[in-house]
Amino acid sequence: MSNTLLIAGLLLLMTMAYVHGRRRALSSAAGRRVALHSLPSYHGLYIALWCGLPALALAILWLVLEPSIVRWMVVASLPEAQRSLPSGELGLLLNDVRNLAPGNVAGRQPDAATAAAVETYRTLKSIVFWAMVAAVTAVAAFGFEVGRRAIAPAFRARQRVERTILWLLVAASTIAVLTTIGIVLSLVFESARFFDKVSPFEFLFGLEWSPQTALREGQVGSSGTFGAVPVFAGTLMITIIAMTVAVPVGLMSAIYLAEYASPRVRAWAKPLLEVLAGIPTVVYGFFAALTMAPAIRELGTFLGIEVASESALAAGIVMGVMIIPFVSSLSDDVINAVPQTLRDGSLALGATHSETVIRVVLPAALPGIVGSVLLAVSRAIGETMIVVMAAGLSARLTANPFDAVTTVTVQIVSLLVGDQEFDSAKTLAAFALGLLLFVITLGLNVVALTVVRKYREMYD
Amino acid sequence: MTDAPLPIASPRRPNLSRRRARRRAAERRFRWYGMAAIGFALLVLVVLIGGIVRTGYGAFLATEIGIDVAFEAETIDPAGTRAPATLSDANYRTVLRKALAGAFPQVTAQRDQQALMGMLSSSADFRLRGMVLDNPSVIGTTQRVWLKASADIDTLRKADDIAVATTAGAGALQLLADGATVTLRAGPGAFTGLFADLAARRPDAVTNGRATLGSHLPGYMVETADGGLLRLTSFTANEATGDILLAPEAAPAQWFTLIVSPPEGDRRIDDRELAWYRALDAQGRVRTVFNTTLFTSADSREPELAGVRGAVVGSLLTLVICLLLSFPLGVMAAVYLEEFAPKNRWTDLIEVNINNLAAVPSIVFGLLGLAVLLGFFGMPRSAPFAGGTVLALMTLPTIIIAARAALGAVPPSIREAAMGMGASPLQTVLHHVMPLALPGILTGTIIGMARALGETAPLLMIGMVAFIVDVPGGFTDPATVLPVQIYLWADAPERAFVEKTSAAILVLLAFLVVMNLAAVILRRRFERRW
Repeated sequence: MSNTLLIAGLLLLMTMAYVHGRRRALSSAAGRRVALHSLPSYHGLYIALWCGLPALALAILWLVLEPSIVRWMVVASLPEAQRSLPSGELGLLLNDVRNLAPGNVAGRQPDAATAAAVETYRTLKSIVFWAMVAAVTAVAAFGFEVGRRAIAPAFRARQRVERTILWLLVAASTIAVLTTIGIVLSLVFESARFFDKVSPFEFLFGLEWSPQTALREGQVGSSGTFGAVPVFAGTLMITIIAMTVAVPVGLMSAIYLAEYASPRVRAWAKPLLEVLAGIPTVVYGFFAALTMAPAIRELGTFLGIEVASESALAAGIVMGVMIIPFVSSLSDDVINAVPQTLRDGSLALGATHSETVIRVVLPAALPGIVGSVLLAVSRAIGETMIVVMAAGLSARLTANPFDAVTTVTVQIVSLLVGDQEFDSAKTLAAFALGLLLFVITLGLNVVALTVVRKYREMYD
Repeated sequence: MTDAPLPIASPRRPNLSRRRARRRAAERRFRWYGMAAIGFALLVLVVLIGGIVRTGYGAFLATEIGIDVAFEAETIDPAGTRAPATLSDANYRTVLRKALAGAFPQVTAQRDQQALMGMLSSSADFRLRGMVLDNPSVIGTTQRVWLKASADIDTLRKADDIAVATTAGAGALQLLADGATVTLRAGPGAFTGLFADLAARRPDAVTNGRATLGSHLPGYMVETADGGLLRLTSFTANEATGDILLAPEAAPAQWFTLIVSPPEGDRRIDDRELAWYRALDAQGRVRTVFNTTLFTSADSREPELAGVRGAVVGSLLTLVICLLLSFPLGVMAAVYLEEFAPKNRWTDLIEVNINNLAAVPSIVFGLLGLAVLLGFFGMPRSAPFAGGTVLALMTLPTIIIAARAALGAVPPSIREAAMGMGASPLQTVLHHVMPLALPGILTGTIIGMARALGETAPLLMIGMVAFIVDVPGGFTDPATVLPVQIYLWADAPERAFVEKTSAAILVLLAFLVVMNLAAVILRRRFERRW
């Protein structure tokens, strides 16, 4: 909360600087606006930017670095016995310290060393905070002074301000690149640590996945095997089931909407289909677990087939429904982009409407449709909540859609949710799976976008 | 003169018409497939929404039981000081137990009294304490207090899945009590109806003309006009023996036989509780009211006390952070890329990057948040601040793409006119292009926010799945969000949480509908086409 106040104070300071700058510019020109090179508001903005930007940058840098510095200082203040603890236990102790500091944890009485650490932490926290306030204020005041000195009737304030804003725009546009770099670095870095413990060969081609690791030394059956093949097989199966639902339904709806439907039907059906895309995936997951899975199980019992209660079929079908609008709206665009002349030519030769669609329009639209299906596949592979709620946890190598299978995303969630130690192979395995997921979906996207772009150029 | 082709054409003619019929049929079939596809998708939509509304509407209602509570001064405040500390520490469970004993004087066994207590929500004594603290003058009075029923009673009333078939009994009923068991006589053939029913349902329960009952069989009971209820343990067509659930008078004027299914062993409410519930209901002491708890409290382990408030507030805090980060950054990036960026490899790279980022699975953003935001920057776990940042990175591409489309739709003539009047490029964009593009940008932003509101997976990664009983008060408090709350409730084993889950989904969908409607209205009213 105090940080929010600090930012608010800084914004107030910037406003004051702006007002002051305006006034000073006007008075420097003795009230004759024409004598100024730039409008007074640019002079105001110039001071405000000088006053605010460096201070804001400092505050953000400070807030980012503060936790690790305070942590380091607390560790340094601990007695030798605790400082030499293994890193895991030290982390727990520091967590305790951080939780106890606000003084709201009743019940457990901390031991003397911890209490002392809590005290150190508290004082350090407040010293660091007030130091930050002082530093930020000093920088803001310095910036204010620098800006103030520059103001003169001939000063080219507008150019300066515009150049600064342009740099800010450039910085904003690089955020997307930075995000990608962040994703790649974090996944690669954590995966590399995983591959230190488990060989990449075993991970990529191993046929057994049971990520339980030992809680104690020498526990039975707890070494953990990390062969990702069954996990990917499960993902593939659910994706195939989803696609067998989504592609025919989505494609036929798109054809109907683009070629047959009257404008009135189209105006109603298209938004309704898009509602399916707007429903949160957790709702689909609930539907799959609560309605679809029991229904399929009952159907199976009726037909005399044994169906697991978390069958791949239930998750796959519901995921397919979720993807229908995705396939249909992309294919709709693609079909609409096929030139009318092709249709007219086919109809003029005596083909019926459906023959025109099947023999002329679809072949012409095929690359675009393939692209949209690839995008849909990538979405199905990365989909999480439906499978977390409706698919199984145990990795099994099976081709039976009535069996329970697990997927990459389910494994990532189950490995990372709940208690975790950051260094075990179990936790790091999630990042290795994430890296593979990222690479696969990225590959599919790049191919799909290239195909779609090529296709678009063909008819433009 | 053109007779020559006829010999060839005439044998083909019937063939042609058959072919045409086949082609027309294929045409109709194809058209039908299209309609079936759309019909299937819409049917699923209807089933999905309809099912959720059907299971979820009950959660907006709550069952309350009216108990006459005597706020005795000697239990609550023996010293008579009315000091808040005394009032707050008093044993309100005793008060409650006495009140229940007053409502059911015949329930004396401690286990039964415990079960009676269990019909009320575990928060009942807090409610009494609240009443006393709010208004100490209730001490010494007796008042009818409407207390929240337990989840089981609530489900019993709403689901209404215990069928009770009532038939009037013929002849004067004689009751011969022997301890807790009673022998019932009412003339020859008085229980023929019950007997026939059981023999039809479960012939294995009948031996030598006598039926022996148990918890695996439907319940057969006798109710008297004065409110007594007897559960039969065995009966013949003429005579029956049973246990007393609620004590009747010795010679009731009128009596009824009840057949209660499913069997006691198959339901969460046992016969005793059912008897108490029926007695309370008959006295008009059970009512259904609007469930305000759903909107005023946060999560709880007790289904009847759980609400969505904590999750809604958490979602709002998370969305505020998401909006504050993604809107300015997204618009700035879009302005640069659309209006200022030179056409070079770097810009191309950014563009390809944004398009690919939009298709990265959301869970990967969760991994990014876990490794970088929590691991590297040390942001607090489970907090809306970290959640909002992750969602902002996720929605950024959506907003950039929408904003670029909106900026690109503004015709160049606007820019040329502004430049012609001497505006600088930045002034042109900020003063002339942006205001025209703003409705489009806002529409894209709202749609992006709606998607962020429904997002679950990345938030699981950064620990927003914790069980949190408090409504979060700030951006760094541990919190959960609405979709994650749905996920948590969907996982909860209690049956009453199914209803809660559906209700939470309805709340989430209501927010999404409002946001999307806002986007549509914004587009219809303000978007200009050139």
